Amino acid sequence: MKYKRDPELIRDVLGKKIQFILGDMACVYGGLLAGCSFFGGYPITPASEVTEGMARMLPRVKGTYMQMEDEIGSIASVIGASWGGAKSMTATSGPGFSLMMENYGFAVMTETPCVIVNVQRTGPSTGQPTLGAQGDMMQAKWGTHGDFEAIALAPSNVQECMDFTIDAFNLAEKYRNPVCVMADGEIGHLRERVVVPDEKDIKIVDRVPATIDKKKFIPFTNSQTRNSKVPDFPTFGTGYHTYVTGLTHNERGFPATDKQPDHEKLVKRITSKITDDIDKITNVEKLYLDDAKTVFVTYGASARPAESAMEMARAKGKKVGMLRLKLVWPFPYKEIQKLASNVDEIIVPEMNLGQIVHPVREYVEGQCKVVSAPKIGGEMHLPHELYKYLEGK
Amino acid sequence: MKKEIRICGFGGQGVILSGFIFGKAASVFMKYNAVQSQSYGPEARGGAARSEVIVSDEKIGYPRPTSVDFFIAMSQEAFDTYRKDIRKDTVIVIDPELVPKHKIGRPVYKVHAQKIAEKLGNKIVTNIVMVGAATAIFDVLKHDAVREAVIDSVPKKFIEINKRAFDEGLEAGKNARNEL
Repeated sequence: MKYKRDPELIRDVLGKKIQFILGDMACVYGGLLAGCSFFGGYPITPASEVTEGMARMLPRVKGTYMQMEDEIGSIASVIGASWGGAKSMTATSGPGFSLMMENYGFAVMTETPCVIVNVQRTGPSTGQPTLGAQGDMMQAKWGTHGDFEAIALAPSNVQECMDFTIDAFNLAEKYRNPVCVMADGEIGHLRERVVVPDEKDIKIVDRVPATIDKKKFIPFTNSQTRNSKVPDFPTFGTGYHTYVTGLTHNERGFPATDKQPDHEKLVKRITSKITDDIDKITNVEKLYLDDAKTVFVTYGASARPAESAMEMARAKGKKVGMLRLKLVWPFPYKEIQKLASNVDEIIVPEMNLGQIVHPVREYVEGQCKVVSAPKIGGEMHLPHELYKYLEGK
Repeated sequence: MKKEIRICGFGGQGVILSGFIFGKAASVFMKYNAVQSQSYGPEARGGAARSEVIVSDEKIGYPRPTSVDFFIAMSQEAFDTYRKDIRKDTVIVIDPELVPKHKIGRPVYKVHAQKIAEKLGNKIVTNIVMVGAATAIFDVLKHDAVREAVIDSVPKKFIEINKRAFDEGLEAGKNARNEL
């Protein structure tokens, strides 16, 4: 059955324009608004409410919810649905994200648009199921093998859970890459006000379908109809016969595994299609950076106590600011380079033992001091814990 | 203005719904910002459960309470467990039937929420009686906004009993204020 996004029906199902909902639920709303028509998932705390919400709501907008046997099956179903033409999504947490890694790479290699919501909890392994963490930030970038570019957003509030899920679909469709929404158990299980955007205020990007003469169509090369490294999409069933493999493939899609140039050409195209657009993709929030000498570089939940600590410091006349990475991957290295040349110190609070502090340090290149402010165990930093890092400044 | 509310009891009492109602009243039916968080054990019923709400007219950074203004307890275990970090002047509201050991050498507002709910015909609305009482005692949120939030948050066929529970709670809250 062909799905057609119906803005009126979606809003009818979502209900009132202003609501007080869970972060997890806001991811569901974002998916529905973006035109998600397939969700394959396996419930896991603290992401279960995304799956539950999709099970309740997606069929009501004429989409398909499929309960899978595990997370390997979940991501596999999502990739299949995407090749069938659906905007597709799954949601999980650390243990499930680990299981998804092989097919995450398959989605990258086969240029399959899809969205993975990861409501992070503590690890390793099953860790603390009900408690939040930011321990999978590097896994999103390095968790599957080989060279690839990750695209990952990190919401800091419930509204952003909705907005970033919409953005994630748009980025996935535009670049034909899996996109991760790296939420966490803190934000996922927080309730806040959300405003459901009107249709005129919402941007929806759809993949470009293959339209040229079927005999001339080449599936894995620069677009044949636009100036883009992203090929037009040969939806299964439309007559554009395409071989889809995770093996290194030639432009026709057939395995070409024994020659260096074939691999280099393919992987450089599927990575540079994203990095070429870094300036367009980068999405940061800047607070008090005009005069700040000490700056928190944050993302996701840890931005919340950092902002409180920053306000406490500003009230005492300290020149403290914040750079919040709304999009963590691809890493906004130019913003970090610019910042490093203007400030004395960068503090990176994270609910892990130090992950994003590493690319920060890499791009600071010694221009200023970089301090990791880690906290693990399922609790956000307290504002005064972060304030301590500012004392005397 | 920034107020922090902690509501606690045992799992299944509707502690989280109560927090949800305050948050919704403040941020949907009034113009405040609000966040609501919760923590509870793995049990579906029983065990100590806690729901926390912050209401503010400014942007809310850190989303969990650091200085509780209002403390509502609906079970002895929760009263004993979740009282430890409250201030000397935190306003405390309890149901004396559910929290029999509440003499802690400071004033406590007493609301017989469960008894009122039983009189209304269903113990299940105890939490909404407590929401009504707390609304009157705290007097931070507009009473009508909280009532709207109750109506908006309960199943349709139980709206009537919940409305009555809320109104009886309001009265009980006003009486508790007079008593103290």
